[in-house]
Formats: sequence, C-alpha cells, structure tokens
Amino acid sequence: MSILSFLATKIRRGNALYARHIPGGIKLFPHKKESLRSRIMSTPIPEQLHIPTESDNSSALSSLVKVGDRVLKYQNLGFYTPKTSQDNNQTHNIPIHAPTSGTVTAIELVAVASAHSEQLCIQLKTDGLDEEVPLQEEPDYQGLEPSQLVKKITNAGVMGVRNADFPVANKLSSASNRNINLLIINATECEPYISADEALIRERADSVILGADILRIASQAERCVIAIEDSKKEAIAALIHASTTPALEKVKVEIQIIPSKYPAGGEKQIIQCLTGKEVPSGKHPASIGILTQNTDTAYATFKAIIEGKSCISRITTLTGKALKTPKNFETLIGTSATFLFELCGVNRSTKTNSIAGGSLTGRQLTNENAVIDKTSNCLIAGTLEEFPVKPPPQACIRCGFCADVCPAKLLPQQLLAFAQSENNNELSKHGLFDCIECGACDYVCPSHIPLVNHYQESKSRIHARELSLEKSQQWQQRFQFHQYRIKRDKELALARKANPPKQKTHTERQESSAQSHMEQEFFSKEKASREIAAAVARVKARRNQATTKNELKKEPMPGDSE
Amino acid sequence: MSPFISSWLVQISVSTILLLAALTIITRVSHYLRTQKTSQASLVGRINHLLPQTQCGQCGHLGCLPYARAISSGEAINKCPPGGMETIRDLAELLNETELTLDPAHGQFKPFSVAVIREQECIGCTKCIQACPVDAVLGGPKLMHTVIEAECTGCDLCVEPCPVDCIDMIVTASTAKLEFSNASYAGSHDQRLNRL
Repeated sequence: MSILSFLATKIRRGNALYARHIPGGIKLFPHKKESLRSRIMSTPIPEQLHIPTESDNSSALSSLVKVGDRVLKYQNLGFYTPKTSQDNNQTHNIPIHAPTSGTVTAIELVAVASAHSEQLCIQLKTDGLDEEVPLQEEPDYQGLEPSQLVKKITNAGVMGVRNADFPVANKLSSASNRNINLLIINATECEPYISADEALIRERADSVILGADILRIASQAERCVIAIEDSKKEAIAALIHASTTPALEKVKVEIQIIPSKYPAGGEKQIIQCLTGKEVPSGKHPASIGILTQNTDTAYATFKAIIEGKSCISRITTLTGKALKTPKNFETLIGTSATFLFELCGVNRSTKTNSIAGGSLTGRQLTNENAVIDKTSNCLIAGTLEEFPVKPPPQACIRCGFCADVCPAKLLPQQLLAFAQSENNNELSKHGLFDCIECGACDYVCPSHIPLVNHYQESKSRIHARELSLEKSQQWQQRFQFHQYRIKRDKELALARKANPPKQKTHTERQESSAQSHMEQEFFSKEKASREIAAAVARVKARRNQATTKNELKKEPMPGDSE
Repeated sequence: MSPFISSWLVQISVSTILLLAALTIITRVSHYLRTQKTSQASLVGRINHLLPQTQCGQCGHLGCLPYARAISSGEAINKCPPGGMETIRDLAELLNETELTLDPAHGQFKPFSVAVIREQECIGCTKCIQACPVDAVLGGPKLMHTVIEAECTGCDLCVEPCPVDCIDMIVTASTAKLEFSNASYAGSHDQRLNRL
C-alpha cells in the first residue's frame, strides 16, 4: 500500500508546477546591477526615426502612406507579411505604427539591430509635437471574446519571441485550435547583461500581470504562470505585492520562482523546469498544450488592450563598461543605436565592441546606425577589459565539459567532430536540430572552440542539401515528362505521315466555318443569358441583405413607432 | 538450499530466458520489416535519388538515370560535377565505397546558377528549347524566349546551341542568400571569438 501511495503522490506531483532540476546550464556572474541603478526613462524624441518593416523587398510590404505625408502618433503606416507563419493557411498581416508625429521622408534599406540583413525602413522626420490619433481604450477586457482579443492584439502590432520576428497573433490563434493548458510568461531573463524585463516588473508589475491575464484569455489557457528567477528579489516582491492588491483580485495569474541558471530562460528549458515535460524534437510547445510568451509581450498586450496604444516602444537595456550611466530606456521603435549610446555618455576611446542582444546569444553590431526594432531588448557597449580578445581555437581534448553544461543533453564534442567532417546523417541522428544555440558549450570550452558557430554552419548546410534534394525531385519529374512529350510528338508526327488528313473541299470548308460561327453565336448567346441571370440574382441577394440589415438596425431602437 | 527456493529460482530463470527470447524475436521481426521497406526501392532508384537530376550529361551519360544504372554496375562515383562532394559522399555511404575527389575530366564544381536569356538579343530560333532537358524555356519560332527560373536545373545545355550567345548563367538570389548567411555566420563567429 505504501508503494501505491508513493506512486500516487508521484503522479500528483507530476502535474503540479514546481521548479525542477534541469540538465546542464552554467552559473554566470550577473551584470544587471549597473543598469538597474536608475528607473526606466523615456528617451527624448530623436530628430529622425527609421521604422523597420521586417522585410528587405517591397513585395511583402503594403504601405498606406506616401513620402511627404504627415503622420500622427499611433497612426497605421502600412502592413507587412511576416516570413515565418506557424500554419501556412494562417498568415496575419502585421501593421506598422508611427512612434510619434512627423513627416515621412523616405522608404529605404537600413541596418536593424536584431537582424542579419538590412531591412526596408520608413524614415520619419519628427516634429516634436507628439500629436496622437484618438485612442480606443478597453479597460473591461474580461468580457471580450478570445478571437476579439487576438484581433486587437494583432492590430496593435505586438510582436513575439525575441530574436525571431514571430507575431504573437500567429501563436495565439494557432493555440486556440489546440487545447492549451498552461501559459508561461517568461520573466527569467537569464542573460547576464539584460535587465529590461526585471526593470519592467519592478516598476510596472500590475501592468505585466494584467497583460498576462489578457494573454491567458486570448489563448484560452486554463492556467497562467509568471516564471521568474530567484535572483531577482525586488521584482518578485513587486509581483507579489501587485497580485495582492484589490484591483487585481479577479486576475488568475500565478507566480513561480525558479533557480537562476543559464539558460533557464530558453523556451524548452523553462517548460521542462516548471512541468517536467520535454517538448518533442522538432515540435512546438503547443503540441504538449503549453504556450510561452515574454514579459515584454505581456506588457505590450496590456498597453494594446487596456490603454488602446499600439506597440511603438519597448524597454531596452543600455549597458556595458564603456557607458557612463547604464540605464533602461523606454525607446521608440526606430531609434538608432548611436543616439542611445550618446544619451548614456559613451566613452568612444574605451569602447571596443557593441553587441545587440545579450552577451552570449546576441550579435555583434557592425553598423552603429542600426535601429531598434520590436525585438531588440539590449545594447551593450563593451570595453576590452569586459570582452577580452579570445585566444585562437585549439584541438578538442575531449574533456566533456560541454556535454555537462548542454541544456539539451546533446554531445557537443561528438557533434563538432561530425560537423568538421560534414557528416550530415550523423549530425541529424545526434540531434543537431535540438541545439538551442545557447553558447554554454562555447563558454566552458578550455580549447576556445567556437562550437555554436560550427553548428550554425552545419544547420544551414543541411537545410541547403535538403532543398537541393527536393529540387532534384522536381527536375526529375520534369525530365520524365520531357522524354514522354518528345516520344508522343514523334509518334503523332509518324501517324500523321502514315495517313495524312484529307484536304477539305471548298464547300465543306464553308459549311464547317458556318457551323462553327453558329455554334459560337449560340454559345455566346447562352453564355450572355446565363451571365445576365447571375447578375440579376446577385442584385436581388444584395437587396435582400440590405433590407435585413436595416431591419436589424431598426429592431433594437426603443420607442420606434410601429 | 531448500527445494522450494531452487524451484523458485528455476522458474524465474526460465521465465527470464523466455522473455528475452520473445524480445529478440520481436526486435528481429520489426527490424526485418523496416529494412524490407527500404530495400523495396531498387538500388538504381536510390542512387538516382542522390544524383542532382540536372540531366546535364557531364558524366558522359544521357541523363542521371543512365548514370545511376552505370554506377550500380560498377562505374566510378566521382563523375558528377553539379552534385559536387556532397553527392559523392552520399553515394560512397550508400554503396560502402571509399570517398573519391571529383574527376576533373568531367568538369569542375560550380555554385548553382540558372540560365537567363538576354531578351533584347534573342532571335527566336528555338534551339535552346530543343536543348533543354526539363522544358524550362518558353517561346516560339521568331518570338522572344525566356527561362522559367524556378524550373531551370543550371545544366548549361542551352548555352552552347545559341547562335547569338544571348544566354548567361547567373548565380541566383536563393543561392546567394545561402552563401550570405554562411558569410554572416563566419563574420559573427570571428566577432564571437573576440568577445568570449
């Protein structure tokens, strides 16, 4: 009986939410204090903004404004079709909004902080007046339907996961097709330099909680949990304080504290930590009934629904030893990195490199005029002391440190050997595509081997090979059809040679042409009559619809004379 | 040892052996079923699947399928320039042969490119249409021709018959994109080295 009761508790605990041990990971020295010394500040309005459109060609962009137009704050400037969409039949056009009032001066290619390549950006010359379009507030969100909420969130241009231009609406509407049990708001922020989410929660915990609740209703999830690392004491206190205020009593959002470890904030890692479930290889978390969203997404959702404000700004951490006053800024989308660095008093003589994103997963900012987009949460201006030059890579000594720290339980040294010998089959078998590119293996490698870089290269090589195999199948089919066509044409020619078609006499030809004329006329007459009938039917239907609409409109009016 | 315990031991051991035997049989049968599925596709078909299907004839055969037949009857696997080392590696793995380098007698490996007709210069001779193995050229007699980019295999066969030399082989945006991403990875790697 004791075994049975033990199993029962085990099963009960299996579904409960508590912080579990996750494999791998490293402890990093946090550098968050520097940027958390001051409160979140709004930047002054820069003279020029470049609003990114997430695409490099104009075909994916449908612009509503022309060069020379004056636009107001929160005005819709156009739409673009995102490249990534979870289900091909569900593509949401993402709107772009003006961060402040001004004049559109150009639409051109500009470097963007979180993207590899340049993007088309709408250049806006600001006028400093900050005039707004009228806003539609909706403080009573709990009465709204999930589909209405999703539509509102989409129209506000709220973006999803950082480092990927994944629209939240795609995630939410695909979630509504499946059964979502749990919505996790990811407030872990395990990267050592970024403190944007922490600052946001410290100062605006109630907004984040409300946003999380809106996301929960929109995704039709049963539970909603905010997961936060235990090192963020003040943020946890703020969350608990906010959730106990009477204004937020109705809100069904839980708070879960997890041990701090890099990369506990990875999507798969946080799910494993909270629920003990692993996301199946090559599948989305929605397949096991879980959805994850970021803290800044929750905040943007709060603004979009309750205040009616579209997503035009985000919290960005400005940090690094080359800055005099590291800070968290509420930056307008489209502000350039140089402008922000200057605001923090950058010391140009000591600054050696600038990074967009965290110190481990971020990317080097080659162009300092790159602009902030909806996913850039951090800019680091580093000195040589902070980021010393790494010695050249040496041979792998098979120490196995990388395997110990891998959060996906892979064998990094083995993958490295296969990547160097370009053995695609073995790479796939050893789970290369489960690698989350967190860089923990790079960090611990005593031979300074850039492992993640090898994996990225291998991934792109395997994708290219798959693409070429797909293409070769298409070519093979076409070649087979070509051969068949040539054979058929030859046979037809031979057959025609064997018994050539009889020459028609003059009268016959006349007859046949007359007949065809008749037929044509007959056909066209019939066709015309059919078309006329269809048009009449259409008009009738429209009229009917109009009358019913009028009736509907009239019905609810009280005191209408009969 | 009492007879009770010994009989118990015998029972346990017999049942374990039976269980193991059953497990082995199950795994064997499932393995057999799985391998049979793959061996149904003939060797020639599998070799053909790995070839790039450009139908360029640089191997000296009239297309990829004849070369696949030749390989299955013992010809060298390094005669396919469009496939490059990737194809040779895959073929060597399939046939359990040693990896050879590309035979330079049959040509050099080039990045994937597609034929593009300079349309102002085209005289509408239809010679490229006849040369194209996958019917990727559109046009008629004395009318301008053009190449469907998505269908072009980059086999070069249309370049030679053109009487006015108005066909260029051009590296496409998609392959350029791939190379770009590789280059950017290499760049970010260098910076990563500096940083960590």
